[in-house]
Amino acid sequence: MTRFLIRRLLLSIPVLIGIVFVVFALARIIPGDPCVAALGERANPKTCAVYAAAHGLDKAIIPGFFRVEGKIELRAAEIPATLTDNQFVQYVGSVVKGDFGVSSKFGLPVTDLLLQRLPATVELALYALLFAIVVGIPLGIISAYRRNSIVDVGTMMFANLGVSTPVFVLGLVLAYLFAVTFKDTPLALPPSGRLAAGVAVIPLAKVWGLEGLGGPLRLIIDFLSNIYTFNAIVTFNLSLLADTVKHMILPALALGTIPLAIIARMTRSSLLDELGLDYIRTARAKGLRDRTVVMRHGFRNALLPVVTVIGLALGGLFGGAVLTETVFNLAGVGRAVTEAIASRDYAVIQGFTLVIAIGFVIVNLIVDISYAYLDPRVRLA
Amino acid sequence: MTATAPPIPEVVAGQLAGEGRTSLWRDTLGNILRQRNAVVGLTILTFFVLVAVFANQIAPHDPVAVLLGQEEGAKKLAPPCIHALGCPAAQPEHYFGIDQNVRDVFSRVVHGTRVSLQIGFLTVGFAIVIGTLIGALSGYAGGKADNILMRLMDVILAFPALLLAIAIVTVLGTTLLNAQLAIGIVAIPIYARIMRASVLSIKERDYITASQALGESGGGILFRRILPNALTPLIVQGTLGIAGAVIDVAALSFLGLGAQPPTAEWGSMIGQARNSMFAAPHLVIFPGVALALTVLAFNLLGDGLRDALDPRLNR
Repeated sequence: MTRFLIRRLLLSIPVLIGIVFVVFALARIIPGDPCVAALGERANPKTCAVYAAAHGLDKAIIPGFFRVEGKIELRAAEIPATLTDNQFVQYVGSVVKGDFGVSSKFGLPVTDLLLQRLPATVELALYALLFAIVVGIPLGIISAYRRNSIVDVGTMMFANLGVSTPVFVLGLVLAYLFAVTFKDTPLALPPSGRLAAGVAVIPLAKVWGLEGLGGPLRLIIDFLSNIYTFNAIVTFNLSLLADTVKHMILPALALGTIPLAIIARMTRSSLLDELGLDYIRTARAKGLRDRTVVMRHGFRNALLPVVTVIGLALGGLFGGAVLTETVFNLAGVGRAVTEAIASRDYAVIQGFTLVIAIGFVIVNLIVDISYAYLDPRVRLA
Repeated sequence: MTATAPPIPEVVAGQLAGEGRTSLWRDTLGNILRQRNAVVGLTILTFFVLVAVFANQIAPHDPVAVLLGQEEGAKKLAPPCIHALGCPAAQPEHYFGIDQNVRDVFSRVVHGTRVSLQIGFLTVGFAIVIGTLIGALSGYAGGKADNILMRLMDVILAFPALLLAIAIVTVLGTTLLNAQLAIGIVAIPIYARIMRASVLSIKERDYITASQALGESGGGILFRRILPNALTPLIVQGTLGIAGAVIDVAALSFLGLGAQPPTAEWGSMIGQARNSMFAAPHLVIFPGVALALTVLAFNLLGDGLRDALDPRLNR
């Protein structure tokens, strides 16, 4: 297991470097002068020269490649001199320090913005995933166990429809249904925002009297504090908890439906494969109860592919979060990215894309490791 | 090694190839038609293809025409009005209602079919062509080239697809074609991997060695001997990929990063109608249902094809 872990970790390094490079490169290919984008009307040759020098934009982009008046130019003679003194090395250096620059739209460091926005997205993704797993797996099991029954056919039809309905369509329809059609009934749910007006969140750092604290620990506390569910549970704030959950139901339903459908389908087909095998017949022949055979023997072995699709679904969840946040007006990373695009805020686009991609790599790593933990064949191969 | 093969008598070769092919195609078609999913998918798809082809005949209005002042009683955000279903005859008939710019929603949804089908086929076609080339090169060349290309594919796959597409569109500029290009680029690794795996599993086989011995060129071996073997997974993945591409390009358009108004594209229509949703839900529901049905058709067809073409899954 240790060897597998080390190998898997080492394999992620080139991918991470690649991700940093792609994000870096995308930002350098963007048409338009970054100086004009940042300074606006104050941009002129003189101020731009100062700006470029201050931000290292006059340096080579990668060894030998310079950007001259909007065009990329190769100066082969300068390759050796710019091997370490270039924008990419500079960028990697600042990224490692957690410095993603300053957002021109929001006027604060990208790291701070991330700290405000990421918790909302993480909370949304967790609710959606919880919904998908808690409903999807049992649906899949019942479908496999009662194959070709009404429940099975209905579930599979629902799954097909679920996979095919775009998140933003489902989100808007749910919002209409629960906010307009069910208005003034107990089923009414708020169609936008994270909290109702008047519900306050007290930062955990304040609750615990740690306001003077700095450094990474403070970042973690602030991050957790902005995951309202966590905050509410830790501080026993029931009204905050109730309001958070109420605001999360519709977005989680919208975002979770596609993974739910995928999980239900995979659970069903994987369990069907297992139930057809000899050891299941043996278990039945031994006189074990049906329930034991399906759950203890079949389901356990059927779980592996399900774990894989859950891992794969996470990527879609990140993408879907952008749309869900737009539909439900949630101030998460997805909406920050779309807002940043509208105002050409490159620091935010770059920083957020990078952080989400790195987060995605880490999540995939965890999925792979859990896969190896569940299936000895993977780690011994 | 450029010795040419002794020619096989044409009649025999034709018979061999011909017989094999007809029965294979007939078998395959039979298998596909036995899949309930595939048939349902194919039916829905045929319907949409017909709608797309005859869009001009079906749509009562120009999809981008503003009806204000053109038509008596046409009102902004008016709900659907069908005379046969009891809508007063004095009101102009609009099956799917009128949108925020006083355009006929039915005509826009009908014309949107063209846009969406075009999006699906072009985007996935692009991804398959580039992906297959990369995969074939990677698998055939091996060594360093393989390593570099596949690590590049890993990096693309490491991003959540929609997010990378958003970043690419920002660089390229927000047009429908760029959105398709972005979604296509993001999908390349899937096809590259499939093709590479096929090449790797086949290139050491005896019949490939035989072709080489007969002097067939590298390209000939690749396209005539290896590609046909990789076709099944490519077709299945491609069909499912169209479903994904249609959704993703619509999502970009919804965010304002793809098709720009006044283009009658479903995602963009829904995005434009978002703020009038509570007053006029029909603006979201009709293009939304059309979008979901199109995606459903490709998903069902893809699943059906997979079950029909993969003998291991036949149960």
